[in-house]
Amino acid sequence: MSKRPQRKVTRRQFLVNTSKGACGVGFMGMGLAGYSNQSQSANPQMLRPPGALPEADFQSACIRCGLCVEACPYDMLKLGRLFQPIATGTPYFLARTDPCEMCEDIPCKAACPTGALDPELNNIDDARMGLAVLIDQENCLNFQGLRCDVCYRVCPLIDEAITLEMHRNTRTGHHAVFIPTVHSDLCTGCGKCEEACVLEEAAIKVLPRTIAKGELGHHYRWGWKEKEKAGESLIDPVLDLPDRVPEVLK
Amino acid sequence: MKNNQSLGFEAVKKKGWFSANRFLILRRIVQVTILTLFLLGPLAGIWIIQGNLSSSLLLGVVPFTDPFILLQSMASGHLPLFQGFLGALIVALFYGLVGGRVFCSWICPVNLLTDAAAWCRRKLNLRKEKVISRQWRYWILAMVMILPLFTGVMSWELVNPVSAFNRGLFFGMGLGWILFLMIFLFDLLAVENGWCGHLCPMGAFYSLINRTSLIKVSAVKREQCTDCSDCFDVCPEPEILKGPVYGKKHDIGPLVKDLTCTNCGRCVDVCAENVFEITTVLSGKNSLAKGGEIK
Repeated sequence: MSKRPQRKVTRRQFLVNTSKGACGVGFMGMGLAGYSNQSQSANPQMLRPPGALPEADFQSACIRCGLCVEACPYDMLKLGRLFQPIATGTPYFLARTDPCEMCEDIPCKAACPTGALDPELNNIDDARMGLAVLIDQENCLNFQGLRCDVCYRVCPLIDEAITLEMHRNTRTGHHAVFIPTVHSDLCTGCGKCEEACVLEEAAIKVLPRTIAKGELGHHYRWGWKEKEKAGESLIDPVLDLPDRVPEVLK
Repeated sequence: MKNNQSLGFEAVKKKGWFSANRFLILRRIVQVTILTLFLLGPLAGIWIIQGNLSSSLLLGVVPFTDPFILLQSMASGHLPLFQGFLGALIVALFYGLVGGRVFCSWICPVNLLTDAAAWCRRKLNLRKEKVISRQWRYWILAMVMILPLFTGVMSWELVNPVSAFNRGLFFGMGLGWILFLMIFLFDLLAVENGWCGHLCPMGAFYSLINRTSLIKVSAVKREQCTDCSDCFDVCPEPEILKGPVYGKKHDIGPLVKDLTCTNCGRCVDVCAENVFEITTVLSGKNSLAKGGEIK
């Protein structure tokens, strides 16, 4: 540089530098874009705090400040670290070890400066952090006819979000089994049931609702519900057609 | 080329050790104080400031938000709450006044790492060579802001070492240490000031804010320069000093106007002839360095 009095860049130099920068950064961007795609399919056991927006929106809203983590009085929230299978720096909790205690004032949501945790969430019972699913029926003690009932007992919404449904015990033939049954319209996904499950590996697990829930075909209607809504059957009653019997049988 | 190990030796002899290191000491005090304030909460339960450098809450009242991250968030399609905007505004105004890259040299904890690498590099007498262009950071900055438009998430924040470093210090690092070791080694062995001076898009972003800065370094007494080149050796962005120090015959003013100046004040420290001063743009020659205070 010092040899030339003017620091003028020739067109050739400019083009070379520009394409160098663009190509190098382009490579980097491609890798990053791939990584971003992967980060959106996070480990399903890493649950978002109450009020979290849907995953893609959450990742664009969360600025990874950790204010929610510090606001949590039970220290159950963690921030994703580099190379963990979750978007770096975003908050999560593991139901098996640290479930949500469902504070009434939702301090984590109140601390969020960007709205990644929905400020509209005022009642913790409306939170939908996930959905408990009794995923391993082969090992669940209640399914074998024992009265473990622990997941049912610890549920903050006992008899609402989890109920015990009595069925016939087909193994013995003359006993009952009490099946813990989660109701998705009420389960907050706090994870208390998964934490409490007495098995080595929990039989009931809290999963993101996108994974746990099915969705009816949009054109489907439950006939009995439509009937109730309309007050009568929507189709004509079954026609009573004349019986046609072969002549020989008459 | 003279031996790098004598860097600042003249200044120490002439001005005394403290005077020849005052901005460095002040800078380290500020950096460590900020880290300590953030750490006091999770470690000792003293909540002066919550959060991390991405967004924080001072005394439970004053919000700060990193405008660089907030912009990424908006690029990926989220409209933040008022608190986030307010915090970003406060931070942008602050850096707009004191100099955008004051973040880099006075606040950012990665600076401790890269300064250590630069120090080792000088001690080991590793040759200076221009490997990659300093313009790369602006390309990367453009990529960081454009990528979220397509991915819908803050792609850069998945790997951003700057936010990951301070977050890691307060919330647990995990395997992140490897990334920071890589940055240290990259700065030490591959490119001098490689991360902060060539690649970091955050520094590039804050250098854009630098435009409005009121505080700038000025080579006010450049006629006293003895060509020892200590300032060039210590400056993390040495190219920006050429004009202000040697530009008199080309009618270039003594003010270091380049946007990439971090206002670290190291040139003021190491100059035995007191060529440099930290000045405010408004008052011209009214030196802040004489008062010894810059916040």
